[in-house]
Amino acid sequence: MSINRRDFLKLTAASGILLASDVKPGQAATGKEMPPQAVGFLYDATLCIGCKSCMYNCKKYNTMPGGALYTEDGRNMNEWNGPEQIWDAPRDLTAKTLNIIKAYAEEGEQSFIKRHCMHCVDPGCVSACPVSAMQKDGKTGIVTYDADKCIGCRYCQVACPFNVPKFEWEEAFPQLRKCELCRHRLAEGDIPACCEFCPTGASIFGPVEELRKEAEMRLRLRTGSEYEYPVGTVDGAFKLPKKVDQYVNHIHGLEEVGGCQYLMLASVPFDKLGMPTLPKKSYASTSEGIQHVLYNKMIAPIVVFGVLAGAAFRSTKSERGERDE
Amino acid sequence: MSESKPLGGKIFTRAFAVAFLFALIGGWFLIQRFAQGLGAVSNMSDGFPWGLWITYDVVIGTALGCGGFAMAILVYILNKGEYHPLVRSALLTSVFGYSLAAFSVFIDIGRYWNFHHVLLPQYWNFSSVLLEVALCIALYVAVLWIEFSPAFLEKGGGPQASKGVNRIMFIFIAFGVLLPTMHQSSLGTLMVISGYKLSPLWQTPFLPLLFLISAVAMGFALTVFESFVSSLAFGRPLETKMIGKLAGVIPGLLIAFLVVRWGDLAFRGAFGAAFGGGWPMIMFWVENILFILPVVMLLPRPNREKAGTLCLAAFWMVMAGAVYRFNVFLVGFSPAPGWSYFPAAPEIFVTLGIVSVEVMGYLIFVRALPVLPEPERA
Amino acid sequence: MKCGECREVDVGTTSRAGNLSRRDFIKICSAAAVYMGLPAAMGAKIAQAATARRLPVIWVSGQECTGCTESLLRTDHPDFAHLILDLISLEYSETLNAGAGEQAEAALQASVKAGGYVMVAEGSFPLKDGGIYCKVGGRTIVDIAAEVASSAAAVIGIGSCASWGGMPSATAVDMGGKSPTGAVGIAEALESKGVKTPVVNIPGCPPNGYNFLSTVLYFVTFGKLPEVDDKARPKFAYGRLIHENCERRPHFDAGRFAEQFGDDGHRQGYCLYKLGCKGPETFNNCSTLTYNDVGASAWPVGMGAPCFGCSEADVGFTAPLHSPARPIYVTPPALFTGVDGGPKGKATTGGALVGGAVIGAVVGAGIVTAKKTGKKAEEES
Repeated sequence: MSINRRDFLKLTAASGILLASDVKPGQAATGKEMPPQAVGFLYDATLCIGCKSCMYNCKKYNTMPGGALYTEDGRNMNEWNGPEQIWDAPRDLTAKTLNIIKAYAEEGEQSFIKRHCMHCVDPGCVSACPVSAMQKDGKTGIVTYDADKCIGCRYCQVACPFNVPKFEWEEAFPQLRKCELCRHRLAEGDIPACCEFCPTGASIFGPVEELRKEAEMRLRLRTGSEYEYPVGTVDGAFKLPKKVDQYVNHIHGLEEVGGCQYLMLASVPFDKLGMPTLPKKSYASTSEGIQHVLYNKMIAPIVVFGVLAGAAFRSTKSERGERDE
Repeated sequence: MSESKPLGGKIFTRAFAVAFLFALIGGWFLIQRFAQGLGAVSNMSDGFPWGLWITYDVVIGTALGCGGFAMAILVYILNKGEYHPLVRSALLTSVFGYSLAAFSVFIDIGRYWNFHHVLLPQYWNFSSVLLEVALCIALYVAVLWIEFSPAFLEKGGGPQASKGVNRIMFIFIAFGVLLPTMHQSSLGTLMVISGYKLSPLWQTPFLPLLFLISAVAMGFALTVFESFVSSLAFGRPLETKMIGKLAGVIPGLLIAFLVVRWGDLAFRGAFGAAFGGGWPMIMFWVENILFILPVVMLLPRPNREKAGTLCLAAFWMVMAGAVYRFNVFLVGFSPAPGWSYFPAAPEIFVTLGIVSVEVMGYLIFVRALPVLPEPERA
Repeated sequence: MKCGECREVDVGTTSRAGNLSRRDFIKICSAAAVYMGLPAAMGAKIAQAATARRLPVIWVSGQECTGCTESLLRTDHPDFAHLILDLISLEYSETLNAGAGEQAEAALQASVKAGGYVMVAEGSFPLKDGGIYCKVGGRTIVDIAAEVASSAAAVIGIGSCASWGGMPSATAVDMGGKSPTGAVGIAEALESKGVKTPVVNIPGCPPNGYNFLSTVLYFVTFGKLPEVDDKARPKFAYGRLIHENCERRPHFDAGRFAEQFGDDGHRQGYCLYKLGCKGPETFNNCSTLTYNDVGASAWPVGMGAPCFGCSEADVGFTAPLHSPARPIYVTPPALFTGVDGGPKGKATTGGALVGGAVIGAVVGAGIVTAKKTGKKAEEES
């Protein structure tokens, strides 16, 4: 019975070579950089009046050809298009709702929050997708989805820290749906629908670098002073003056999971608005760190394979020998 | 390979009929799934995108199919030839466990007509843990069938027929150890990316190591349990002596598992959640008791000579590994407040159907092919 | 009149503009009670109070356009004649005085001396340069107002001008960002003269006549002014934002906006927020009361014109007409989802039953197998 301990140690040595180094996987991971021309959103909850114009127009423009909600049968459209369609009052993002306004009202505090894809700098979904259906655009940084590649494994849903990608559970031939930053509109020189149709400038579009500067500047504004808030785009000519609210001193999306291209400002702490409290390091980089340590250039698996093949060759010698001789 | 021989006898027994019935029920719900979408038969949701099918059929199913892997380590890598008679039956469970896991993936993925993309290099994303798991499982299914092929060849042409395959078998054996090592650990790595969504009781960079150790332990335990079940089912003498020796590996593996598990929990200071209440707390303790039970039962050597104790300990071990996997993939998983999941009845019936196909396949193969060892001459 | 016998005859000193039956009168009073959020049964009490003594009212007009009076002229139940002849006793009003010149001024002096009246202030009151920009009979209107108010039981400021200065108080760029006449509301004007009579404001340009009427009747009935907010506006009328009860609110909640006048959305009655509707920052009851008793939608927003916030200081006459409102607070409508969205995901009883059965069966089978194995081992040995 000597196999117990000694052989166990041997076994760990053989199969555990791969794993011996995963104690501190994070160190091997490299931080991902945002493309310099990346575009994104800035949402200022203190400006949001909860009119849901962004929700309505998101759906209106994304159900058009090229949009992320487009279907040939038009089932995702706003307008009534058949007796099966029911009034759409989603409780969360769904495969028909890429953008949702939620409300928080407790303890005398009130705020809205606009949820959609954060377009992370290091997106979990892109890291997770086995068949490269989720991609991060090299120029704009938009996290895109390609249904033609997708196998529907839904690992992106598991991997997304913000629970953004949504699956068509009730379809026989389903696909994932998520905000793709209106890339079909950007291609024609328009800005995302949610920003174009926001009446107050709560959602604005622009290069992420400029959005970050704008957000940081707003945090420095004196509460109660008047500020001309841009509407539509961060450098838009149309501005609306408003008294500055008391901001929570935090830009959500600046550092969360390695940074996001969707930044948020609010007067209520973000955890109360349903935003998860996230580390600066992305979970994707932790996961990739483990993978890259273990499978770096496949060296470790090849070495282990050599050792295993040698051992197996030795053990099966008698069988082969018997028959050969 | 004269140590194995076909069992013979009637294939369509009562057990087979029951399995067939369950397979039909599962098949009926599968038709619904393909006609109306996943939502029609399963309780999976955007919060719980992975449900029973991934957790049981794939993650647990392949771990249960680790018998072939565990025995290969023991017999071929550690060169313990005395256990050779157990290899082929262990391989058979692996063949079915893995083949049906692959089938389960096919029914679980939404866009199954794109299934082949996983195998085509132009689609590969090397950052994806799931890609590695999928490729390894696909390859391993092929390797398992090759490893098992001598049983077919010997059936047709006698003991000498597998000569050619056996000559290069060591390559497949090496693959048959490497691939499960890779993907059983990666099944754990899968959940690392879910981050805060997995309770701190389970979320750790050590998930791959914990999954690998518990998979090997489950492989051994299932080989032990299966040996007793086939002895009972087919009226064959017990293989207590050999099995008892084999079971001696389990406590060592489990102690290693528990040291890593509890050491990690202590290091991360995550014990608080173990008293946090709710299902995660209950299932955490169920899981740990199930892991400790086989250690307590199998550590004293006299116990390993008692067939009943061995059998029960092996069963608890298998359950421990299964509960651990359920905990990591479902119980400890909480995407956001408000989400809940428990499998729907049709979803469970599909899983039962798949298990039934596995049982039917096993029954056919052991009767028709040289799988089970010739009775020990006590 | 069909019901001559039961007519409430309350012969005034002047001729009557029309006859009012007791039933109609009580109807009016009941309607007024309802406007104020009082029980309808209170109408009888109001009627009793209004009949017992006609409240003397002195109408003091500052820098005004008579629009508020014009608005009152268009009320229907009661019509203005009934108001001033049956419900109140209008002692002095520059717009409606029968007499003129010294005769009228003498009547005013007599009424002030008699006391027990309510003063209604219409229009704004210029304070700049000693108030010389508005004079009646050689005296500044501020002095007249102060004199009348000091003996009044209460002061009701009708219209936005009387409430905070209104249009005359709008600032002008070439005046250095100040009002040319230094126009202020009645409350501030009285304060500057040290008069402490309580003031209630009925802002609006013009205000809804029924808001004024209800306030008067409340005073007549209870002998005190109705509950007011921090801007001295009756809460029954100015307690809620126009936006909260707006008939176009569902479009706002669904994000459907008219983008420009005459576009598709505008024709379909979409929300006018983007055209500059100030409903979200204006407290008034226009959206529920409407104007002129001609039926639904008889108010600016109902007609397709964005609210311009006439009854709200710093909004009406101040904010640009078509710039979006700055909502004071937004009441989340019922259709908003909470931040966590409530219970989601699925768990079904069938699944729980089957699942429980399977778990039970597996554990049971395991234990039974172990027992049988033990037994078999005993048999073998």
